[in-house]
Amino acid sequence: MTTDVTVHPAERHLTGPLLDARLVVERGTFRLDLPLTINPGEVVALLGPNGAGKSTALRALAGLLSLSAGHLTLAGRELDNPSRRTWTPTEQRRIGVVFQDYLLFPHLSALDNIAFGPRRRGVNRQQARRQAADWLERMGLAEHARRKPRQLSGGQAQRIALARALAVDPALLLLDEPLAALDARTRLDTRAQLQQHLAAHRGATLLVTHDPLDALVLADRLVIIEHGQVVQEGDAATITAQPRTDYVARLVGLNLYRGRASGHTVLLTDTFRLTTAEQHDGDVFVAFPPSAVALHPNHPDGSPRNSWPATITGIQPNGDNLRVQLAGPIDLAADITPLAAAQLHLVPGQRVWAAVKATETRAYPAAPQ
Amino acid sequence: MSRLDTTVARPDRSAPRPRPRSRQTTRIPLALLLPASLGLLFLVLPLAGLLARTPWTSLPQRLTEPGVLTALRLSLQTATLATLLCLVLGVPLAWLLARVEFPGRRIVRALVTVPLVLPPVVGGVALLLVFGRRGLLGSWLDSAFGITLPFSTTGVVLAEAFVAMPFLIIAVEGALRGADSRYEEAAATLGANRWTTFTHVTLPLVAPGVAAGAVLCWARALGEFGATITFAGNFPGRTQTMPIAVYLALETDLEAAIVLSLILLTVSVAILASLRDRWISAP
Repeated sequence: MTTDVTVHPAERHLTGPLLDARLVVERGTFRLDLPLTINPGEVVALLGPNGAGKSTALRALAGLLSLSAGHLTLAGRELDNPSRRTWTPTEQRRIGVVFQDYLLFPHLSALDNIAFGPRRRGVNRQQARRQAADWLERMGLAEHARRKPRQLSGGQAQRIALARALAVDPALLLLDEPLAALDARTRLDTRAQLQQHLAAHRGATLLVTHDPLDALVLADRLVIIEHGQVVQEGDAATITAQPRTDYVARLVGLNLYRGRASGHTVLLTDTFRLTTAEQHDGDVFVAFPPSAVALHPNHPDGSPRNSWPATITGIQPNGDNLRVQLAGPIDLAADITPLAAAQLHLVPGQRVWAAVKATETRAYPAAPQ
Repeated sequence: MSRLDTTVARPDRSAPRPRPRSRQTTRIPLALLLPASLGLLFLVLPLAGLLARTPWTSLPQRLTEPGVLTALRLSLQTATLATLLCLVLGVPLAWLLARVEFPGRRIVRALVTVPLVLPPVVGGVALLLVFGRRGLLGSWLDSAFGITLPFSTTGVVLAEAFVAMPFLIIAVEGALRGADSRYEEAAATLGANRWTTFTHVTLPLVAPGVAAGAVLCWARALGEFGATITFAGNFPGRTQTMPIAVYLALETDLEAAIVLSLILLTVSVAILASLRDRWISAP
């Protein structure tokens, strides 16, 4: 603490989080309550299903709607605090936003779209256009300077939108589903480029997405919200290994159950037990990937201790494999190869035996550590 | 495997089928075709009559008569000035109606459309009561600045603008409501205040709507008769616009009235036709 006193006040606030907020927005019966801090240079992904409040949070940060309660401080400046009647309009916030469908101004060229922000922030025309040209260069789009947005491909428009948002040197960069409008192939390239630009950005970045892959690739930390509340927060490794809600489990592609552990056995329903590798006592989550589930036409003999009869409710292609949905004592998803499916003659409504090896399951305490 | 395939391929089955190619083969009901044809005839026949009775041989000579050109020039000038006045006042008003929530907005919108349904003569009387020499504002303008509006060319412009402005406002407000206001949010995130957003983003986006509104407004101003003759009177070269000249010529010289009408018709159709494809084509 004593060293803190010697630090210059101007530098001290830079050592803390760049964004420090608790976003509370009430709209009818919906209530968003989201504590959020982001450090300089950090990329945080805000994940959640549709209607979870992701867009509301983004709009509150951008000043496109005001907080009902809570506070919002960016780079040491309080932008919104209803209890203190502080409010900074959007145009005076040090933010940059990449909108889902980019919203590039259709009547301006790519260059003028990027120069728009610097111009509005007092840079003279010549200087602003030079900055914009630099950004185009950096985005590898120098030859497209004079194109209108409708003449650009999706990937190009995305990069122009990113350049336009970054050109104002924002303390907080907000990305709203930045890759959602792109086709799968373009998304791959654009995601890689976006990652580079985000790494170079010294300010805070909030990435709003419902695509777990975007979040895992681009973000340092994940915040997952459902119904306006944070349900899980942490780095990608923790969240993918130990999901805490059905939504998160589906997101990371795991079967997830909650039950009561007693040693190596977890009671999931009144009568259904799973054997796990880890030992626990009390409330636990049990998770295992769909690829850990094996399907058999008859009761399997031998090794796997976890096996039970189940009914096929659906089959969908999933990458190179097939994802089989099963009902039974517990609902679950299983991934099997097309070859196995053909050998088993799998069809919806069919009765099969599902088996999971104890070593492929993960059990962890339900109470957050 | 084959049974599995059908399961996997199911989404394709629900894909929309191509629509039947043409409806032209089905018969058009006579109950619709007959009134439709009559309606078209009703609109076109008077114009055809005008053309049929036009004194084509003496037309060049009549066109160059000084009175005709004076009235035409005055009409074009006042209609253009009235349109400019409507643009300066009407576009901001349309923006206010479309973008700002304020108490009594519905009442304001209703008030704006009143001149649309008001008989123009009544509009002229109302203008006289306010801007006339003894009117509410007119007497003050007269005593303070020595400005007299009624029975002047400025009066013509005011009368035309009064009648034509609702056309512009309605068109521009419609365009503003149709325009994606999220572009304005994007502008705000880039540091643009409301005025710069309006001039740099909103206005360019709704330019086609503004142009369409201005054309409608101009056409309405060009044809204005009732309010103009009531408020500005009938002084050749000063307040006698084409419609007034047509009406007066009708009493003395039918051929002159026809020629004047033909000119008005030609000018209106030419302007509408030249702009139609670019701005006011139906979707």
